[in-house]
Amino acid sequence: MHAFVPLASELTAARSQMAFTLGFHIILASVGVAFPAIMLIANWRGLRKDDEVALELARRWSKVVAVTFAVGAVTGTVISFEFGLLWPEFTGRFGQVFGVLFAVEGIFFFLEAIFVAIYIFGWKRLSPWQHFWAGVPIPICGIGGAFSVVAVNSWMNQPQGYTLTNGKVTDVDPLKVVFNNAVPYEVPHMILAAYLVTGFLVASIYAVGMLRGRRDRLHRLGLLIPLTVACIATPIQFAVGDTAARAIAEDQPIKFAAMECVQTTSTHVTEYIYGRCTSDGVKGGIGIPGLDSFLVGWSTDTEVTGLDTVPPEDRPPANTMLHWAFDTMVGVCSMLILLGLWFGWVWWRRRDIPQTKWFLRAVAISGVASVVALECGWIVTEVGRQPWIVYEVMRTEEAVTGASGVWVTFTAVVLLYAVLGAALVITLRAMSRRWREADAEEPDVPYGPSPPLPAGLQDGAP
Amino acid sequence: MSSADAVAGVLWAGVTAYAVFGGADFGAGFWSLLAGGGRRGRRVRDLIDWAIGPVWEANHVWLVFVLVVLWTGFSEAFASIFSTLFIPLSLAALGIVLRGAGFAFHHTARRAGGRRVAEVLFGASSLLTPFFMGTVVGAIAGGRVPVGNAAGDPVTSWLNALSLVIGALFVATSAYLAAVFLISDARRAGAPDLERAFRTRALWAAVVAGALAVAGLFALHADARTVYDGLTGDGLPLVIASALCGTATLVLVARGARRGARATAVGAVVAIVWGWGVAQHPYLLPRDLTIDAAAAPSATLTTLLVVAGIAALLVGPAIALLFTLAQRGVVEETARPVRRDAT
Ligand code: HDD
Ligand code: HEM
Ligand code: HEM
Repeated sequence: MHAFVPLASELTAARSQMAFTLGFHIILASVGVAFPAIMLIANWRGLRKDDEVALELARRWSKVVAVTFAVGAVTGTVISFEFGLLWPEFTGRFGQVFGVLFAVEGIFFFLEAIFVAIYIFGWKRLSPWQHFWAGVPIPICGIGGAFSVVAVNSWMNQPQGYTLTNGKVTDVDPLKVVFNNAVPYEVPHMILAAYLVTGFLVASIYAVGMLRGRRDRLHRLGLLIPLTVACIATPIQFAVGDTAARAIAEDQPIKFAAMECVQTTSTHVTEYIYGRCTSDGVKGGIGIPGLDSFLVGWSTDTEVTGLDTVPPEDRPPANTMLHWAFDTMVGVCSMLILLGLWFGWVWWRRRDIPQTKWFLRAVAISGVASVVALECGWIVTEVGRQPWIVYEVMRTEEAVTGASGVWVTFTAVVLLYAVLGAALVITLRAMSRRWREADAEEPDVPYGPSPPLPAGLQDGAP
Repeated sequence: MSSADAVAGVLWAGVTAYAVFGGADFGAGFWSLLAGGGRRGRRVRDLIDWAIGPVWEANHVWLVFVLVVLWTGFSEAFASIFSTLFIPLSLAALGIVLRGAGFAFHHTARRAGGRRVAEVLFGASSLLTPFFMGTVVGAIAGGRVPVGNAAGDPVTSWLNALSLVIGALFVATSAYLAAVFLISDARRAGAPDLERAFRTRALWAAVVAGALAVAGLFALHADARTVYDGLTGDGLPLVIASALCGTATLVLVARGARRGARATAVGAVVAIVWGWGVAQHPYLLPRDLTIDAAAAPSATLTTLLVVAGIAALLVGPAIALLFTLAQRGVVEETARPVRRDAT
């Protein structure tokens, strides 16, 4: 028998493993949520304007979706295991509260997988519009799936809709769980992030191609479509993020205090951009007096809750990192808005994408930058919630597994995912190279209905 | 029937689906590992790729389904199982990652010349998951998973005779299911030599699986009386049905019958999975935790049942649509998007 003694070291390993696997999955998940919609826009344009180039893009993108979808499924399954392997006390107590959301997610993913298969393998025989409509359920399921999972995270931030009696859940109100306080800002913020990240990522790949001299129509359109989607999403994201921040100042004041490094409750709080967070305020960084109070309540007289309102053991760790993560997310968003304005301005004047090297360079780094913002946002949410796994209800250290060996699994996961990530990049690059070689044979994608019968499989012989 | 029992039934349906589809899938990986190099091995693997590639995603979703229903409906059982059996479940998860990666990238690996590595990974991972899932089932049936966070022994709970026999049984059963499926796939592919080869393999696998099943009964008798008594009591008709189906499969395969063997092979697996369920009833963790004691509050159970119903209503027709389109040859891979009514 092993007494339940959560070793500090196992807790660190478990947190690191959870963060690492989620941080990896979220990139694929974002692509899975948003890429199908971008692909369908190209498809629609191809059909409406009789544009072969747009159709070719849609066809290629559908193959990329197939690959990222398969890898996303693997990394997602690992996370499902981790709910038990790493956090048995959390899932053991609250699985009955939030679990239904994952069941709903399951439906969406299943439907998504089926329609992805129909779409990818339906290019030839379905009539063009039938084929297009077969693809339409994919982004809808993606949004539904994203809603379901992110709502679980929102619930961890704003738990409600259940009754605890002697530490056991005795009653659940599923609607209250699903539509908890944090859903209205967290879910749209994540879905917009998925569109923004995917849009900039795809555009950045074509921007690199153009910088290397491939300035044909395919590359221009391949940049134009995703960049437009991303540039529309970015300012909305700014507004939603701003709303989220204000809601958090209200609902999770300690998280907000840690994000902004507010040590003592006061009015006229200075907003610091970067800087080192210490127990007596921010050192270094650019301070704008009163702005933090203003952002929270539209007036510099607004009182902002400080970290001093809770004992030290209830404050999030790594305060400087949190503060930097938040500032980086906001900073990246602001830069991306500027990029969108540049793009919009030139488009308005010349009806064409800016062809200058500097514009293409900016687009080329926008993909990585938006992924950085995505990861920073999750760090703000997750590290900022610490020491709670369920905000003000259950501590992360109470939730962790009593098993030992998490350092071993964490190491294995890092190594495995490094290989997985490399294989993914190599595969995508190989696909793009084959597309470039004019009379390339078809790249294979991982799943879908059976390819034509191999007559006796004779051609399998070397 | 209580709603807790109904949710347990949904869970068991998921377990059954995973045992059949996931099992056949992993079994195919097993044969691909054993196929060896050379021209012959290459053809066997081509057949396997061709036959199972398209359905991998669907096979694997069942596992996620089982996990979610377990942690939602019976959270405490989920937590106890995953914490005590941390080691075998981590290894099973490793198998799933490798299996998924091998599947997603085998085309790339083929071109890059890393094909052999991918094949070995794919094959080896196909052993890991069923074997360790088997040891997990052995640990549960043997009553070695007490309620609590890592309350059981981290090693001996799953490293014991009963668990090892059941682990081996899972591998053998997967191989047997896959071989029976691959007989007809080889026929569809027009490869009579492979058809013969898989007939032999199916017979061998059936004999080994049968022997392990008998050994498993002895191990249960020695080590897991609750389940043994259940299997020889309420579960007896299902055990007999499974044995009959297994024998029928042997006869059909040996005679080279063109149809029937797949159905009886699946029947044998389904019957024994439900036999196990009936034998354990009303326990989730024998002698430690009953279905009712572990069950979530009724609102959760009801919602879960509604969601499962909606899933059946939505997913069923969607799969039917996919298969119909596939059968009519409407969905297939092609070189270029062709626009036919370019008006
Ligand atoms: C591309 C990505 C991206 C961009 C450009 C932004 N965000 Fe963000 N943000 C995320 C991606 C993200 C996210 C997807 O990573 C998070 C984590 C959890 C969530 O729902 O969204 C997030 C969380 C998050 C949170 C914490 C929510 C919580 O803890 O519940 C706040 C306060 C903000 N964001 C605020 C902003 C502001 C004010 C932005 C712009 C000015 C901004 N975000 C741009
Ligand atoms: C719906 C989605 C998500 C859920 C349900 C979820 C759940 C969890 C859980 C259970 C933990 C462990 C307990 C804790 O530390 O509080 C955790 C930690 C963490 N997660 Fe999330 N997570 C989600 C999304 C993400 C994503 C996409 C990232 C991306 C980077 C992320 C980053 C982290 C980090 C950094 C930690 C460690 C926090 C710390 O311990 O300091 N999470 N998450
Ligand atoms: C705790 C958190 C999470 C868990 C347990 C989880 C679980 C899973 C699982 C099991 C799958 C595979 C589905 C299948 O094959 O049936 C998957 C895939 C997917 N997940 Fe997650 N996930 C989590 C976080 C997220 C988040 C935060 C999002 C984002 C928006 C997301 C979006 C997706 C998408 C779109 C897929 C489909 C595969 C793809 O398109 O890449 N997941 N996830």
